[in-house]
Amino acid sequence: MENQHDDNCSLFTPSIITVTVSAVLIAITRVFYILCQSGKPLYPSKSPKPLSTLIVLGSGGHTAEMINVLNVLLLKDRFCPRFYVAAGTDNMSLQKAHLLEENVFNLNGGKGGSTQFLQIYRSREVGQSYITSIGTTFLALVHALWLMIRIRPQVVLCNGPGTCVPLCVIAFLFKVVGVRWSSVFYVESIARVRKLSLSGLLLYKLRIADQFFVQWPQLQRKYPRAHYVGCLM
Amino acid sequence: MGDAGDSAKQEKKVVFVTVGTTLFDALVRAVDTNGVKQELLRKGYTHLVIQMGRGSYNPTKCDGEDGSLAVDYFTFSPSIADHLRSASLVISHAGKLLFIFDIWCILTINLVIVVLHCGLFRSGSIFETLQLGKPLIVVVNEDLMDNHQSELAEELAERKHLYCAHPQTLHQTISDMNVESLLPYLSGDATPVAKLINTFLGFPDD
Repeated sequence: MENQHDDNCSLFTPSIITVTVSAVLIAITRVFYILCQSGKPLYPSKSPKPLSTLIVLGSGGHTAEMINVLNVLLLKDRFCPRFYVAAGTDNMSLQKAHLLEENVFNLNGGKGGSTQFLQIYRSREVGQSYITSIGTTFLALVHALWLMIRIRPQVVLCNGPGTCVPLCVIAFLFKVVGVRWSSVFYVESIARVRKLSLSGLLLYKLRIADQFFVQWPQLQRKYPRAHYVGCLM
Repeated sequence: MGDAGDSAKQEKKVVFVTVGTTLFDALVRAVDTNGVKQELLRKGYTHLVIQMGRGSYNPTKCDGEDGSLAVDYFTFSPSIADHLRSASLVISHAGKLLFIFDIWCILTINLVIVVLHCGLFRSGSIFETLQLGKPLIVVVNEDLMDNHQSELAEELAERKHLYCAHPQTLHQTISDMNVESLLPYLSGDATPVAKLINTFLGFPDD
């Protein structure tokens, strides 16, 4: 009896191992393939269509920098529809986005694409205890996933702080799984002169950002894959 | 505000010190010392207005009638924009500040008075205020861990857009400063980023 049992096991184990190993190998190959493709520009089609765009607003200074970028970027009707996301505790950022959209609407002579303003749970508030933040982080992740499934953006624009990281990671996973190909752009804050922020470092090192912009030349020298774009403020 | 006929008011040069919503008694204490006040007086400033936030150290008020520096303080004010507009020099903390909306207002209504000096610190608001053309001393709060904001202050000080000081060296900074030698900060430009993003996405260059 015992021998037979052993035989059964030995019959099963190799096949389970083979399946797991090949699944892991396929997944790794896919991730590497995506990583290789990620930094490459999209090839221009004859008539480029507007792209659905997710704009992650940080707070205070981060939002101000993002608005400056959008002021130039939205001159042409290329980023449509637009989804603005800000942390649930941050009302100012969405107000500023509303103001910007009004300006864009007026500039375009009263016609504008669809725009949505959304709020997202923050994984951790300033001063929150680490134990409760495990729960809130999980909640924030689920909420981010739900938003991303609904939006499935083709372009993600972000400039920190932490709120954008889960959204960017999900955008990357969508590429791996094949749900949606997106281009992730990250602009490091002007306040970072010598070192990247934690969110910036993560997105740079993990190669999740397709293009990574910095505002000081010394930072570009330290992180050669970044693009130096000068001050935005 | 700013009546042309009133010459006494025209000579009023206000130094505005703000700590925003933070607690930075070290800065309030530093500007309240005789050394700093004498130095400011020597530089031609007549009034010192301190927004002390949540701090517990109350500076000594003074009406300045005996030719000394007039000192006034308050904790918070919804009209911080007015204080900024009338200030000739602003000494600020390098932490976080919650009055960005006021400064935002000054910019949008174009009530920028170029002769004055000012400064509020938070990466967003420092540039908004630098663009008002007001000379600025940023004081670094050493009590904050990982104060990456001082990185920016030091860089901008190196480029001569502002002065960067510590509470202990504020006195020295004021005595050494030459407001005329500060270079105006030119607004940044988002065109290079937009261009790179557009090219990457395959949109035609124009």
